Amino acid sequence: MNGVHDMGGAHGFGPVEPEPDEPVFHAGWEGRVFAMAVAMGMTGEWSLDASRYARESLPPAQYLSSTYYEIWLAALERQLADLDLVAPEEVVAGRSLHEPRPLARTLPASEVAASLGRGGPTTREAPRPARFTAGDRVRARNLNPATHTRLPRYVRGHVGTVDRVHGCQVFPDTNAHGLGEDPQWLYAVRFDARELWGEDAQAGVSVSVDAFEPYLEPAS
Amino acid sequence: MAEAHTHDRHEGSELTETQLRVRALESVLVEKGYVDPAALDLLIETYETRVGPHNGARVVARAWADEDYRRWLLSDGGAAIAALGHVGRQGENMVAVENTPDVHNMVVCTLCSCYPWPVLGLPPVWYKSAPYRSRAVADPRGVLRDFGVELPADTEVRVWDSTAEMRYLVVPMRPEGTDGWSEEDLAGLVTRDAMIGTGLPRSPR
Repeated sequence: MNGVHDMGGAHGFGPVEPEPDEPVFHAGWEGRVFAMAVAMGMTGEWSLDASRYARESLPPAQYLSSTYYEIWLAALERQLADLDLVAPEEVVAGRSLHEPRPLARTLPASEVAASLGRGGPTTREAPRPARFTAGDRVRARNLNPATHTRLPRYVRGHVGTVDRVHGCQVFPDTNAHGLGEDPQWLYAVRFDARELWGEDAQAGVSVSVDAFEPYLEPAS
Repeated sequence: MAEAHTHDRHEGSELTETQLRVRALESVLVEKGYVDPAALDLLIETYETRVGPHNGARVVARAWADEDYRRWLLSDGGAAIAALGHVGRQGENMVAVENTPDVHNMVVCTLCSCYPWPVLGLPPVWYKSAPYRSRAVADPRGVLRDFGVELPADTEVRVWDSTAEMRYLVVPMRPEGTDGWSEEDLAGLVTRDAMIGTGLPRSPR
């Protein structure tokens, strides 16, 4: 979706402000939100791609004025409500008002280390050979789905070079919406800054994005 | 996005609306049996104390000290990093990219906040912020200046936008004057920002 989360190249956000000796969490609630989002993700009720979509589809003004973990909290609440796991009135009440829905699995403390260690592998067996190889010139297609995609706007329509073939991976565009994993070849595609930003772009700069095969077409 | 640390700083005073909401949500999730509060504690503790940039620093130090390991890391980052025990969530597909006198690498996630957790821990606020996400791909030299880093004009800058599940670790250049140093001492020079590409390693002097 063409949302405000797709920030590459936007102006006006000001300088980057590193914080010396920054803590991992700036308040106790941030850690709780982080942990709840991870633990609920591990129930398998939704995919990581679906979580990203829930965050990026918050109202634009809310997204831009929220801190990072406020975004996580709002998206988590929305996902819980959409899947009939926690109703909004239950969050207001601070207690369960409806029968819980049975979950396929939950994350007990004894499983945390093993579960984090396993992670969520996204590599899949290739259903077909790769269409592109390193060195190929490719154009990022001009795609504008209203649904989840990982093709940033700033590369659409531009020509780059395949830098690496990463393998075949779960396709977020379908997986985010429960439409299956539909594994696709993934490539690092490198674009010269002048191709992306015009003649005034910084010299000697290039930008690589990781692009799934359906995002690309051959360029001669 | 606003800075996270502007929120929730008044310790000892009344709870903020967000704090109350988070408590309420956790109470509901626990009451329904969806989450184990001890598991939440452990998840937080893992990233506050065990998993962080010291992991990545050991990977870089090994690459600096051991040429075979360096070649392995650059050709199969996932396996080489796993061999040092750093595996798992948000590090399932690791790629290591090396800085040289001619090339400087810098990593961003313009679409959200993708970051290699097993080697760097959770991302800092600035990495997730709009200023970094917007400018890293269009004005990387300006971003580097925000970090006090000025590269030679003829150094090529390669930005990696982590738009899928590949996670990038920058291997910075080994500082001069560190011949014969132990891996442990070398690791002490490797900063988090040097492994994102927004900083350089500490000077040995």
